[in-house]
Amino acid sequence: MSTEIAANCPECDAELTLIDVIEGEIVVCSDCGVDLELVNLNPITLELAPMEQEDWGE
Amino acid sequence: MSTFRSPKSLKVGILLSRIRVEEKMLLSNMDRRGICYDRIEDGGIQMDIANPGNWLSYNAVLERSLSFTRGLYATSILNAWGVPTVNSAAVAQICGDKLATTNALALAGVPQPRVKVAFTPEAALEAIEELGYPVVLKPIVGSWGRLLSKINDRDAAEAVLEHKDTLGSFQHSVFYIQEYIKKPGRDIRAMVVGDQTVCAIYRTSSHWITNTARGGQGEVCEITPELHEICQAAAKAVGGGVLAVDVLEDSNNGLLVNEVNHTMEFHTLAPVTGIDIASVIVDYTLNVAKGLINPLAAQSPLHFPVSIPIHPYQQVGL
Repeated sequence: MSTEIAANCPECDAELTLIDVIEGEIVVCSDCGVDLELVNLNPITLELAPMEQEDWGE
Repeated sequence: MSTFRSPKSLKVGILLSRIRVEEKMLLSNMDRRGICYDRIEDGGIQMDIANPGNWLSYNAVLERSLSFTRGLYATSILNAWGVPTVNSAAVAQICGDKLATTNALALAGVPQPRVKVAFTPEAALEAIEELGYPVVLKPIVGSWGRLLSKINDRDAAEAVLEHKDTLGSFQHSVFYIQEYIKKPGRDIRAMVVGDQTVCAIYRTSSHWITNTARGGQGEVCEITPELHEICQAAAKAVGGGVLAVDVLEDSNNGLLVNEVNHTMEFHTLAPVTGIDIASVIVDYTLNVAKGLINPLAAQSPLHFPVSIPIHPYQQVGL
């Protein structure tokens, strides 16, 4: 069974439904498309995800 | 640093920057199996070189940093303290630096595309013209197909070289020039764990860059004896561990190793092959934690283009 959490996009204030998320996860705003980082689950806190750095990768 | 506990005696750390699909799978796998682990955010850690403290409680640390630099230096300190990591700092140093990878593959005689290196735009232009157009210019450090340039003619070469020299950091003035391989619209991504080639996919794209991060699509690739052999040789050349080997198919020269990744993503590999890759990685990490595999045993300084600050175990105040 999945867990749904309601949150608002800090960029465009769209209402988002987060499904089975964990702290630290990146979600994409379905309205404005910005990358968001779930920095806290309690209380739900979304922040703009850091911009990709030159040494990021696999 | 958040902590999860279980009655099991082994303790594992997972060093990460953010939760991608892969980290979610890994954490979920460890939760399901009741493994005692700490989730270690690389942005929040401090490491006192002379006082390892609680870091020594880890039997192994699985490194999943998004940042090559953070992952490399954190694992180099952990390894110096004697804490084994998946993968080791020595392997990260080679895989995260394309020139170091090329050196290691060449030393081991692993087939790869021709590569020339130059340090000025003038020397680079000369090297490009000797190799013949097209060529591929790559940053020494980088991933996900970022800043790759296919250079088709002299005009493009002059422009890109000037831009890299003027606008880039000092590392962009190490010009890494690779022969362009006319691959058949795809490359191969194979997962190697220890002496096994676990699975492989073709990454297909109409673009010359076939990374799945750039839209390449995956389909299952059979692991032929030839593919297994070159993947094993590549993995061994860089020091071994949990690795993703990218292989090009060249109509004239057969299989060529393009690169080896040390913190592999598997969001395409896992669903396409149906293999529980997170479980395979966790199994390997547990075997390291149990001491059944020692990633620190096979390190060779021969591959290092520069020395990294790994301090002898005896000098860190233990």
